[in-house]
Amino acid sequence: MPDTCALEAAGVTVAFDRRAAVLDSVSFRIEHGAAVGLAGPSGCGKSTLARVLALLLKPSAGSVRLDGRPVTGWRYRAPREARTAIALIFQQPRAAVDPRLTLAEIVAEPLLASGRAGRKEAAHAAASLAERTGLTADLLGRRPHEVSDGQLQRACVARALALEPRYLVCDEMTSMLDASTQAFLVAAVEEYRARTGAGLLAISHDEALLARWCDEVRTLP
Amino acid sequence: MNGLLVRGLTVRFLLRRAVVHAVADVGLTLTPGRCLAVVGESGCGKSVMAHALLGLLPANARVEGEAWLDGELQLIGAPEPVLARRVRGRRIGLIPQSPATHLTPVRTARSQLQETLKELTGAGGSAARLRTRADSLAARAGLDPADLDRYPHELSGGTAQRVANALALAGDPPIVLADEPTTGLDRPLIEATMAELRRFCDEGRAVLLITHDLRAAELVADDIAVMYAGRIVETAPAGDFFAGPRHPYADGLLRAQPTREFTPIPGFAPELTALPDGCAFGPRCGGADAACRSRPEPRPAGRDRLAACHHPLEGRDA
Repeated sequence: MPDTCALEAAGVTVAFDRRAAVLDSVSFRIEHGAAVGLAGPSGCGKSTLARVLALLLKPSAGSVRLDGRPVTGWRYRAPREARTAIALIFQQPRAAVDPRLTLAEIVAEPLLASGRAGRKEAAHAAASLAERTGLTADLLGRRPHEVSDGQLQRACVARALALEPRYLVCDEMTSMLDASTQAFLVAAVEEYRARTGAGLLAISHDEALLARWCDEVRTLP
Repeated sequence: MNGLLVRGLTVRFLLRRAVVHAVADVGLTLTPGRCLAVVGESGCGKSVMAHALLGLLPANARVEGEAWLDGELQLIGAPEPVLARRVRGRRIGLIPQSPATHLTPVRTARSQLQETLKELTGAGGSAARLRTRADSLAARAGLDPADLDRYPHELSGGTAQRVANALALAGDPPIVLADEPTTGLDRPLIEATMAELRRFCDEGRAVLLITHDLRAAELVADDIAVMYAGRIVETAPAGDFFAGPRHPYADGLLRAQPTREFTPIPGFAPELTALPDGCAFGPRCGGADAACRSRPEPRPAGRDRLAACHHPLEGRDA
């Protein structure tokens, strides 16, 4: 049923404090295979919506459906097959990795944690994922403090692609990076989407980037 | 001359097993009323350069070269009391990266701004007078004085940025260094921050903007310096630069923008602990040949332009 192949939020409300809702009954739909951009000023709720759609934040009201099935749990309460169908890439790679792991371990972690691969296969898969995001072998043995922000973000993108998610949420994925690294990582995400047909939500304050990257650009009300 | 003249600035960090060549032989000129933008990717040495000028580097840094302030005070190697009492905040203001985390979280913006004013401009009268001065400085930075009574976590990114600007201006410094002042800000706030830097120039200050955001630089800069692997590889008036860069790295950066070709430069910047002999960009450069095995020195490449390249690109304005 093609009309159910989508990641969908319906009437989602998030209020961190009783007086003001960050999201007030927002509905949002990302079709499988589509690239949707989300723009808007700081503080309009873009990242909050990303966290709801990535099943990291339970909304105060409203529902989320993944390929037609209602989502019943958030964070660790989300069923594994729902959790691994959606990958989130954050703005700050340094805050998104365990500083004790090497880049190779960071990339392989989802494969091991989900039990989809043994140690050897995971290491092998990590090397090939890393190659797609432009990481060289000598970088894979390093820890986060030994690489630049751009190199670390490449590892985070490789990690996000490890479980072949059906939806990717990129929350300001490149706003800390220089133009060249930005172009490279967007191309890596697009190469993955062309191969797998994954849906994309790209969040950025940079409308020129979204116009170039996405099929359509929306703003939050 | 007035302003800041930097020549041969070199910074190395001594680590246990390696030496990081963070800044190598950098020359820059900051002129009153003009904005110089230093652009380059993260980790290329831009921030280290700014911190070296203010003597803010850790103890394992080895700094060489000269930085003449108004032609009379050499900053590199100047004793800490001179930098602390005569330079920082008074003659050179610093707008730090991510202002929200730079502010002290347990004190209001007002308490930090008033302390800075008191410290930099002499005690100067009563608490009420200090309060008025903080209010007027805040108003000049585009703040509602009521915002000053908030704690840093209660400020939005843009407001925290304005507080940082007000702090940098408290001592009325003729030179302002802005270190990635737009990190984490959205486009309208980037534009507002750039307009603010422009206003500093119009007041006759010399502004050094450090950024990886080429479009932000284009909004405000009079002159552009491109930094790669610790060296300045191209300097040019901003208009000429954006019309046609001379250095292949600068050209690659411009082409990588989403408003242009959106294609990355192949490969990575070299490690600052293991720089290649010859041109540091050589391994990534389509036009490299045998000549590039020796390091290119900056050479004239058009009117008021320098490029450190053996095969500079032909510019459209040449």
